[in-house]
Amino acid sequence: MIEMQDVWKTYPNGTHALQGVSVKIDRNEFVYVVGPSGAGKSTFMKLIYREEVPTKGQISVNGFNIGKLKQRKIPYVRRNIGVIFQDFRLLPRLTAYENVAFAMEVIEAPKRQMKKRVMEVLDLVGLKSKANRQPAQLSGGEQQRIAIARAIVNNPSVIIADEPTGNLDPETSWGIMQLLDEINFRGTTIVMATHNKDIVNTMRKRVIAIEQGNIVRDQLRGEYGYDF
Amino acid sequence: MTFNTFLRHLREGAKNVFRNGWMSVASIVSIIVSLFILGVFILLVLNVNAVADKADKQVQIRAYLNLNVDQKLREAVQKEIAAMPEVSKIDFISKEQGLDDFRKSMGEEGKDLLEGFDKDNNPLPDAFKIEVYEPTTVPFVAKKIEALNTTHTEQQPIMKVKYGKGTIETLFKVTRAVRNIGFIFVAGLALMSMFLISNTIRVTILARRREIGIMKLVGATNTFIRWPFFVEGTLIGLIGSLITLLLLFVGYDRLAASVGSDISLQMSLLPVSDLWQWGGLLLILGVLIGMWGTTLSIRKFLKV
Repeated sequence: MIEMQDVWKTYPNGTHALQGVSVKIDRNEFVYVVGPSGAGKSTFMKLIYREEVPTKGQISVNGFNIGKLKQRKIPYVRRNIGVIFQDFRLLPRLTAYENVAFAMEVIEAPKRQMKKRVMEVLDLVGLKSKANRQPAQLSGGEQQRIAIARAIVNNPSVIIADEPTGNLDPETSWGIMQLLDEINFRGTTIVMATHNKDIVNTMRKRVIAIEQGNIVRDQLRGEYGYDF
Repeated sequence: MTFNTFLRHLREGAKNVFRNGWMSVASIVSIIVSLFILGVFILLVLNVNAVADKADKQVQIRAYLNLNVDQKLREAVQKEIAAMPEVSKIDFISKEQGLDDFRKSMGEEGKDLLEGFDKDNNPLPDAFKIEVYEPTTVPFVAKKIEALNTTHTEQQPIMKVKYGKGTIETLFKVTRAVRNIGFIFVAGLALMSMFLISNTIRVTILARRREIGIMKLVGATNTFIRWPFFVEGTLIGLIGSLITLLLLFVGYDRLAASVGSDISLQMSLLPVSDLWQWGGLLLILGVLIGMWGTTLSIRKFLKV
C-alpha cells in the first residue's frame, strides 16, 4: 500500500530531514508516527501525499511511484489520500457542508450522489445538525470532525493525519480518535503523526519512531516511548 | 468538464465577487478609473480628429487672374488646372459674382463701403476656386498654379494665388500632433490600467493563497482552481467597464447638449450614435483586463 525504499530528503537549506528510510505499511493498518520535534515526522508524512519529493529513493502509494509523478497527475493521486492537519485547514468562507462537498466537486461527482454522500459522512462524524455553520462558528473539535468528513468523503484508501489532536483538549481528542478508529475499522489505512503519549499508550497500534531522519523503532502494538 | 462543474465555476466566481467585498470594489474602481481616463481621451481624440477633418475639407485655393486675360486663355488655364491629378474641383468665379459674394459676406456694414461699385466699375479680378483631394497638397498645387505664368509667356494669366498660407500649415501640424500624442497616450493608459488591475487582483489572490493550497491538497486540478478566479475576473472587468460606459455616456450626452445649444461656438460634438463601437471596444478591453489580470496573477500560486 505505502512503501518507502531508502528514502532521503534534503531541503534546499541543507537540512537532512530523512536519511535512508525504508518502511512498508499494509492495507488497513493503523500506524502512529512518533518522535521528537524536527526528527522528520512531517517530512515523512508530506512525502506520502506528494507535498515534497524525495531527494533519493523510491516511494509508492497505491501503486503510484510518487517521486516520479508528473505535475498534472498529482491531483488524481491526492484524491485517493485523505489529509487531516492540526490546524484543520478548512476553507473559511464555506459552510461545513460546502467544505465537505468541495472534495466531491473536485472529482466532479454527480450532484444527487454528492448530497447523499456528504450528509452521510456528516452524520458519521456527528455534525449533521451543524451542516450550515461556517468553520468560525464551530469549536476546534467540531472543525476537526468536518476536516475528517472531508478527508473520507471520497472513500480514500489511506488517511494521513498530521497531529490531528494537537490543538484539541484531551476529551475532544478522544472523540476524534474514536472516529479515526471507526474509519480504520471500515477499511481505511491510517498514518498518524502524534505527540500524544496517552493516546498512543492507550489505543495500542503499530508505532514507528523517527529520530534524526531515521526509523529507530517499529513495533506492533507499541508504546509512545518518550517522556514528553 | 461536466456541465454541472461549469455551472459550479460560474456560481463560485460570482459568489467570490461578493465574498471578497472591498477587494472586488477596489478592483472595479481601478478598472473604472483607468477606462474612464482612457474613454475621455478617446472621445477627445475622436472629436479633435473630426474638427481637423472638417477644417481639412474647407481648405481651398483661390487663383486670381490678371485683368487683361481673355476668355480663351482663361478656359485654357481652367483646363490645365483641372487636369492636375491633385485637383478635385475647380469653379470659375467671375468678378461680378465675386463682388456679389463680397457684398453678402460684408452684410449691412459693407453697404456704404461698396457703394458705387457695380458691373462697369468692378475692382475685383476674375478668379478660380480650387479644391484638392488631399489637403496636404495645397501648398504644392498652389505653386504649380503660379508656375503657369512661366509656360504662358506671351500673356501671364495668374495675378495671385491664395490659400491662407501659414494658418493652414500650422493647422496641419497641430492636428497631426494631437492625433499622434493622443494615440500614444491612449496606448500608454491602456497598458498602465492593465498593470494596475492585475496588481489589485494579485493582492486578492495573495489573501487566498492558503485556500488555493487547501484546494490542491484535496486533489483539485489547476484548471479546477483557476476557473472560478477566471469567472471572477471577467465579472469584475464587465461590471467595471459597464459602469465606466454609463458614466462616459451620461457625461458626454450632457456636454454635447450644452455645447450644441451654444450657437456662437460654431462646432458640435460627434453624435453618440457614431461612438458605440468605441464603447464596445472599452467593454471588451475591460473584460480582457479582468481575465488577464486573474490568470496572470494566479499562475504562481498554483505550484503547490
